[in-house]
Amino acid sequence: MSVAKRIIPCLDVDKGRVVKGVNFLNIRDAGDPVEIAKRYDTEGADEITMLDITASHETRDTTYKTVESIASQVFIPLTVGGGVRKIEDIKKLLRSGADKVSINTSAVENPSFVKEAADKFGSQCIVVAVDAKAKTDKENSWEVVTYGGRNRTGKDVLEWTEQVAEYGAGEILLTSMDRDGTKEGFDNNLVSKVSSGISIPVIASGGVGNLDHLIDGVKIGGAEAVLAASIFHFSEFSIKEAKEAMKASGITVRF
Amino acid sequence: MTQIAVIDYGMGNLHSVSKALEAVSQKENIVITSDQEVIKASDKLVFPGVGAIKDCMEAFSIDLKETVLEEVKKKPTLAICVGMQMLLESSEENGGVEGLGLLNGKVCKIQSNKDIKVPHMGWNQVNYLKEHFLLKNIIDSSYFYFVHSYCCPSSKDALTETIHGEKFVSSFAKDNIFAVQFHPEKSQSAGLQLYKNFLNWSV
Repeated sequence: MSVAKRIIPCLDVDKGRVVKGVNFLNIRDAGDPVEIAKRYDTEGADEITMLDITASHETRDTTYKTVESIASQVFIPLTVGGGVRKIEDIKKLLRSGADKVSINTSAVENPSFVKEAADKFGSQCIVVAVDAKAKTDKENSWEVVTYGGRNRTGKDVLEWTEQVAEYGAGEILLTSMDRDGTKEGFDNNLVSKVSSGISIPVIASGGVGNLDHLIDGVKIGGAEAVLAASIFHFSEFSIKEAKEAMKASGITVRF
Repeated sequence: MTQIAVIDYGMGNLHSVSKALEAVSQKENIVITSDQEVIKASDKLVFPGVGAIKDCMEAFSIDLKETVLEEVKKKPTLAICVGMQMLLESSEENGGVEGLGLLNGKVCKIQSNKDIKVPHMGWNQVNYLKEHFLLKNIIDSSYFYFVHSYCCPSSKDALTETIHGEKFVSSFAKDNIFAVQFHPEKSQSAGLQLYKNFLNWSV
């Protein structure tokens, strides 16, 4: 047997509450992050990702407290992202109990930050989050975007993911901004292109609306892990149901 | 009261290791420490490690290294991830690093290909080669959480093995030393059971 494919529920946290919006708009309240993390752990989640979507200076302490509280009650890996700009931010999150830290905008603005972070803390805890948007003028081509898709960077996604892998990223969290919140499924063409270009694991994200989408992310996209938020938060499906569906389709999962 | 020292030499996710121990402890006192006197006064040791092996070795002051070596030789010890790798003979990471040589075996880079991703990150099965007290009440081939780019392909002290492309040693047992490549503190119920067994272990 080999390493199991992972299911990662994602908590988008705004001022200490879990929220989820369509394309980052229309935010709905889904509850207390610690309680939700505990529920996912019991249901068999393989990891938990928490994104601090406010990521403002004022609410930062709330984030550290939430991380600490989750980490002392949930014994599976915890990745935390949102507003990570300095080495000091990473150190504080790891000290609070995060196992991995996800870097997004600050990596794009200063690629050597990825290198510095991986050298200092080890590749195993550095996840680079890449938000991708399909280019309108060219097929099979995606551009890296930041600030929730509002800012186009001109960087090519495939080149960028190769570069950060070389700089020591341990994993890529790949979100299709075209699909995020749409419930139409992952952009598997994107996932497959990125995944086959690098040797580090890729987590597919953005667009999950049903359990078949999770299966497709692994089978068609070639993702090592699949991330979803709203289908789990509002109890449309449980993690257990998701794992059973994946197992039935022949994917190795952990029970 | 039994005292467990989680050795702090500046590397490793000590918070999660001690939280997991606290979650299963009944009466034990769990301390995170770099104080040599506290380490000497403790009954059991946990030796974590995360990141690059060279940094871990260098983070160790000479005095602390000597004390730890002496104490690890005689007290029930649980070594985790890079902590485990440091107890082996050597590692080819960072251009070659000498280990503490308490366990048999050498550490090599995991070979990646299209299907085998490196780091080996995620849940994988731990297959028993022998029985051991620390595996009590954990089913053979249970899943544990791994995250590493280097591994030990074979050892005389191997207790379990795991497959990621090739087979490698996922845990070692020798006298009072129990060492694991995976992270029991991140391996949910199976991992917590292992910590419970460690607390109940007498050598």
